[in-house]
Amino acid sequence: MLLIPCPWCGERSHIEFTYGGDATKVRPPDDAPDEAWHEHVYLRPNPHGPHREWWHHHAGCRRWIRVLRDTTNHAVLGAEPANPDDSTNGTGGADE
Amino acid sequence: MKPTPRFRNLAGGFIDRSEPIAFRFDGRTYVGYRGDTLASALLAHGVRIFARSLKYHRPRGVLSAGAEEPNALVTVGRGAHAEPNLRATQVRIASGLVARSQNRWPSLAFDLGAVAGLFKPLLAAGFQYKTFMWPQGGWRFYEWFLRRAAGLGRSSALPDPDRYDRTHRFCDVLVVGGGPSGLAATAAAARAGAQVILVEEQPTLGGALRGERRFSEGRPLVEWVDEVARELDADPRVTVLRNATAFGYYDRNLMAVSERLDDAPPTDSGEGAPPPRQRLHHIRAREIVLATGAQERPIVFPGNDRPGVMLASAARVYANQYAVRIAERAVVFANNDSAYSAAVDVARAGVEVVAVVDSRPDGPIPAWREMLEELGIELVPGCIVTGVRGRRRVRGALVRKLSGEPQRGRARFIACDAILMSGGWSPAVQLVAQSQGRLWWEESLGALVPREAGQPQHWAGAITGEMELPEVWASGVSAGEAAARAALETTSGTEENNGDAPAATSHAAALELPPLDPGLGNPETLGPPALYRQLWSAPEQPGAGAFVDFQNDVTAADIELAVRESHASVEHFKRYTTLGMGTDQGRTANVNALPLLARELGVRTPEVGHTRWRPPVAPVTLGLLAAERAGPHLAPTRESPMQAWHLTALAACKRGDVLRPVGLWHRPFSYPRPGESALEAANREARHVRNAAGLVDVSTLGKIELRGEGAGAFLERIYVNHSHPLAVGRVRYGLMLRDDGHVFDDGVVARLDDDRYYLTTTTHGVDEVMRHLEFHAETVWPELGVAVIDVTDQWAGMALSGPRSRDILLAALDPDDDARERAEALGFMHWMEANIAQVPARILRVTFSGELGYEVHVPADWGLRVWEWLLARGGEFGIEPYGTEAMGILRIEKGRIAGAEIDGRTTPIDLGFEAMLPRAADGGGGEPPRRPIGHWGLSRPMMRESGRKQLVGLRGERPIPAGAQLLDIERAARYGDGQKIAITSLGHVTSAAWSPNLEADIALALVRDGRGRMGETLVATSPVTGEETRVTVCEPVFLDRENARARA
Repeated sequence: MLLIPCPWCGERSHIEFTYGGDATKVRPPDDAPDEAWHEHVYLRPNPHGPHREWWHHHAGCRRWIRVLRDTTNHAVLGAEPANPDDSTNGTGGADE
Repeated sequence: MKPTPRFRNLAGGFIDRSEPIAFRFDGRTYVGYRGDTLASALLAHGVRIFARSLKYHRPRGVLSAGAEEPNALVTVGRGAHAEPNLRATQVRIASGLVARSQNRWPSLAFDLGAVAGLFKPLLAAGFQYKTFMWPQGGWRFYEWFLRRAAGLGRSSALPDPDRYDRTHRFCDVLVVGGGPSGLAATAAAARAGAQVILVEEQPTLGGALRGERRFSEGRPLVEWVDEVARELDADPRVTVLRNATAFGYYDRNLMAVSERLDDAPPTDSGEGAPPPRQRLHHIRAREIVLATGAQERPIVFPGNDRPGVMLASAARVYANQYAVRIAERAVVFANNDSAYSAAVDVARAGVEVVAVVDSRPDGPIPAWREMLEELGIELVPGCIVTGVRGRRRVRGALVRKLSGEPQRGRARFIACDAILMSGGWSPAVQLVAQSQGRLWWEESLGALVPREAGQPQHWAGAITGEMELPEVWASGVSAGEAAARAALETTSGTEENNGDAPAATSHAAALELPPLDPGLGNPETLGPPALYRQLWSAPEQPGAGAFVDFQNDVTAADIELAVRESHASVEHFKRYTTLGMGTDQGRTANVNALPLLARELGVRTPEVGHTRWRPPVAPVTLGLLAAERAGPHLAPTRESPMQAWHLTALAACKRGDVLRPVGLWHRPFSYPRPGESALEAANREARHVRNAAGLVDVSTLGKIELRGEGAGAFLERIYVNHSHPLAVGRVRYGLMLRDDGHVFDDGVVARLDDDRYYLTTTTHGVDEVMRHLEFHAETVWPELGVAVIDVTDQWAGMALSGPRSRDILLAALDPDDDARERAEALGFMHWMEANIAQVPARILRVTFSGELGYEVHVPADWGLRVWEWLLARGGEFGIEPYGTEAMGILRIEKGRIAGAEIDGRTTPIDLGFEAMLPRAADGGGGEPPRRPIGHWGLSRPMMRESGRKQLVGLRGERPIPAGAQLLDIERAARYGDGQKIAITSLGHVTSAAWSPNLEADIALALVRDGRGRMGETLVATSPVTGEETRVTVCEPVFLDRENARARA
């Protein structure tokens, strides 16, 4: 039972979230070669240690956030909005 | 007044003799007192055999007095209330309680299964992998017999009538264990200002102190405990959960706790819902103090499983807490000093303690020697018990000198009917291990102790290996203070901790341990435990097992065997022998197994490591985990805004059973008339839609609004078939793909305004579609500035369908503006806004049935009003409601895809949507073309290779079973004639129906290279229903291929 510090809502139980996969993947341009698309669609590393991943706060603000999670011990090391320069960024996760 | 049971003392203990309680065990009535457990009450009557063991059906006595009990498992309750595998040491007796022993047939005293004991050599470790594997296939037969003979209690097959409850709690400090250190920690943390929850497994606080006889200035220490308990109960910062077991320690200091609320047998009488029997607490704590104490270990010696062999501390608890003498004559067998207080207390309770056999050559500290002398108990130092006389219960102990060499000559025989053993104490570290903490093998204790915390956690008392009361108590105070400090640091600055909070209670009693009187019961010192390896080197009775795991029948010999068969890792060893895998989770077994395994492997104990502990620490009933989420509360129920109308209509035809679950919704299958079956009604409805008009509730469709300057461009990437912009006022079908090119959902899109779109999705797909849209809007193309919202619940939807639907719509529209003219002119795949019954409605000219049709979407609150209005206004045109089955028939007739065709493995090419796909030239100009999601996946050559399954229609000679496999007719015939040929499926039927409009059996199917098989005859066969028919492959659209009806 992880606690995830949603940057919009603050710390919430992980049952409010849906896992969304590897957040280090960047969608290739439309005309990228097959290899790039193949790698994007099908290949995922299984890293040992801190891993940046997408989580969807489906039962909260419904925003997609990037969470840094240690795959060896489930420690959640941080979370940030999908777009760090988003002008509507909340501060729910920060100490005030 | 019944006479006092034979083994019950007239005075002493913490039982209420003024309140006798009658209960039943195995058909006999017994009387105990308030405060008794099932075990203590039965022991008071001289009951010694409580159960039979798992494999060998050995007679089973009580081993312990608490939660660690591996032996005395009983089934409590009757019928649907029956709960198996409860520990008799944990069950509080209550009036009318009914308990049964387990795993015996026909009776406890004479158990036929015990003959299995004669076959013990066959049932050694790993027997399930070896003995019964011959002949091939024989296992099935053996398994039937073994499952019958073995196994624990049986759970009731009836639905559980009991109620369970669930809460979520938060606190600064959670203290697990209400013994002296837990009490001190709770009081100290509360005084420091923390919100504290204390969890105690027993109904009373005090832990081990309740089973001991300690005094302070002549006053029993238990009175001090009660005073502390009163203080804690009175403190608003403290919540004490009694009868509550912390069974699972999860990430981020989340503790799962099961609380038993009512030990009285449930009654089925009475009004209303019964109160909950148990409550599940999810407690999220900033800091956790584990004060779970320590467990006395059995000693592994031959015959240590005979009823009458008991933990010394348990006998002491029965004497002190329940005033029960566990035997007439007892021998104590120990390797440490703690057993001496047990010997003394048991003797004082009236048991004749004949001797204390101490494996240490020097025996105990002098104080204990003197006390034994005073009480006339013989001390036998440097000796061990090497055997037990008596088959069904202990009749005597065989005692020998402890030596590395095999002993010659006769062993000394000491007659007794109980052997009280103490192999030292093991800290109860299960929760530490569960929380990812690290354990350490502490040689001086012969046990694992916590070494490193995996989470914000503190340890207090005997869990650290500390056994002396003053130190135990002091460690509680400092753990409580440290926990409160750490917890309050993380919350500092928040409003919880100032001003309004109630003033801290002083906890004067708890924070000062009263001076302990010297003498009996004090002091206690643990000597070094003897080496376990020497305790069974000379088995006295061949064949008598020296048991390590009492519940799972694992002996020292099994451990040797497992190692001999190369199970060197502690985890393999555990699975092979099943040691520690019983309902007691090896509480009394695990620690003894480690040095034994080390000895066999020839390594030091720490090198063996230990198995991983997983939740639950103690058995949890499944009903508790489900809590309220059972029956109708398993999942939420979604209701259409028109649900009330459907219910009334179905009630009128007395056919409530035609309401069918569709995901979380309950939708009418059809609206049968008197004398009509549900399917007959559906056929009538489907015919009626094609001939006149029908109205179906489609509120369950997913509905999404999308807004933003780039919304159009966004949808062009989301839908594979949106290569050019949609004009305001237009509607378009939309097909969504995954990146790999497979179809993911479909629906329609209406452009409401320059920057606003209204989407529908399939009923099941809306959550996934929302996720998908939000992901791409926020993370992939944020520059498009698109916002998405699910408005499924905000809009009611109804589809008006059939040749008369335009007439009905015109009659239903409010006459206030040019709505009727606009509606009359509304083209296929256009939408408009107009009032119906004064309700603003979005009217989309789209059709699922293939007929002229309109989807009318109105705000949910007005759904019922507009539904009734349409039916009323449509009356003169013959409108009738239709259900999901008619809707399904109509769409199969038109070859429209739905869930069964969108199974995640089909592409638009497979489904015949090739013409919709963007062409390479699309986009044009100098700009590189924009590619929709799935474009790459679809562009791969494999997507067009032969061998893929393609959507086709089927016409059957007979009803086509849905889900049927499609076979080559010739090969199927040869196979049917008994030829041994391989026969592979060419595809499967996805949706099937009898078409009332074509009067034919039709189906949609996915068939390998199906479009090249038009006119071919195949066999459709369902291995599930046994149905079979010949089918002819045809185009998937059975009716009006030109779509003239929809465009009428």
